[in-house]
Amino acid sequence: MSDSAALYLPSDWRDFLALTKPRVMSLAIFTGLAGLLAAPGHIHPVIGFTAVLCIALGAGGAAALNQWWEADIDAAMKRTAGRPIPGGRVRKTDARDFGIALSAASVGIMGVAVNWLAAAILALSIVYYAVVYTIWLKPRTPQNIVIGGGAGAFPPMIGWVAVTGEVTLMPVLLFAIIFFWTPPHFWALALFVQTDYAKVGIPMMPVVKGEASTRRQILGYAILLLPIAGAPWFIGSTGAIYGGAAVLLSLVFVYLAALVASRRAGPGDAMKPEKRLFGFSVLYLFALFAALVADRAILGQGLFA
Amino acid sequence: MTPEEEIEFKRRRKGRNTALALVLLFFVALFYAITFVQFG
Repeated sequence: MSDSAALYLPSDWRDFLALTKPRVMSLAIFTGLAGLLAAPGHIHPVIGFTAVLCIALGAGGAAALNQWWEADIDAAMKRTAGRPIPGGRVRKTDARDFGIALSAASVGIMGVAVNWLAAAILALSIVYYAVVYTIWLKPRTPQNIVIGGGAGAFPPMIGWVAVTGEVTLMPVLLFAIIFFWTPPHFWALALFVQTDYAKVGIPMMPVVKGEASTRRQILGYAILLLPIAGAPWFIGSTGAIYGGAAVLLSLVFVYLAALVASRRAGPGDAMKPEKRLFGFSVLYLFALFAALVADRAILGQGLFA
Repeated sequence: MTPEEEIEFKRRRKGRNTALALVLLFFVALFYAITFVQFG
């Protein structure tokens, strides 16, 4: 089939699904659900399901808008050249309309079925990711990953507010945990994966400030994460199950980050400490939020109370 | 449009229509359930 034929043929529905970045969405679903389950109070399972669904739809809509805006950048990078728009399987305008429709539906349903504060934060998170991060700051500052981490930090806050209907210190802390977790998580990956961001003019930290600075900043954010991850326990909002898990996990995280910060990669380096830090960072977030839910289920007035 | 392209065109259109129908049915069921919960 020629390229022109690919453009007037209707897109396969799987390509629209791919536009929503299902793997990124699964993280939003997990942290959103964790926030919802850890929050004090009761939410009907149908409403809770709807809230998590809206978080997922919003994340999918924002991802589609992100790919609409970055289609030419994606086309120039090997890792992303096969995405639906640069691959010629979805029209740019279709992706834009799909993203707007998903975003609007997610916010509208959240407002009508759950509550309007959760809907407002969801709308804010979509605009933050699609406009503030993707369009404005990602191409302008090497701190783009720090800013992008803010977008990923919204789901547990939205899940929490879906139950309580108000923004208190705890949902803000959950936001802060993912916010400070993201830079060491992503930069560990950026150290061992050869990307071609430089070619397309996206200022990623290892390219702009160099490897040594990136390694120092990884350790800096990991150290900042320690008191923030422990804060829900220090202020008495969670019990010892979460507190113990948070302190233990964060200490290991700082240790692995220190190993990464205290070395330089030579030619042909296997980058084992960097890969270990990245692998642990994924485990860290899942374990931390699982501990948060377990803490409430066992010690709080949750599932077994 | 060649015959092969027409077959592909119809296959994709059918796939999209089916996917959309399932999504719509899902939302009908969801809104039905939400309505009962909110008024319950």
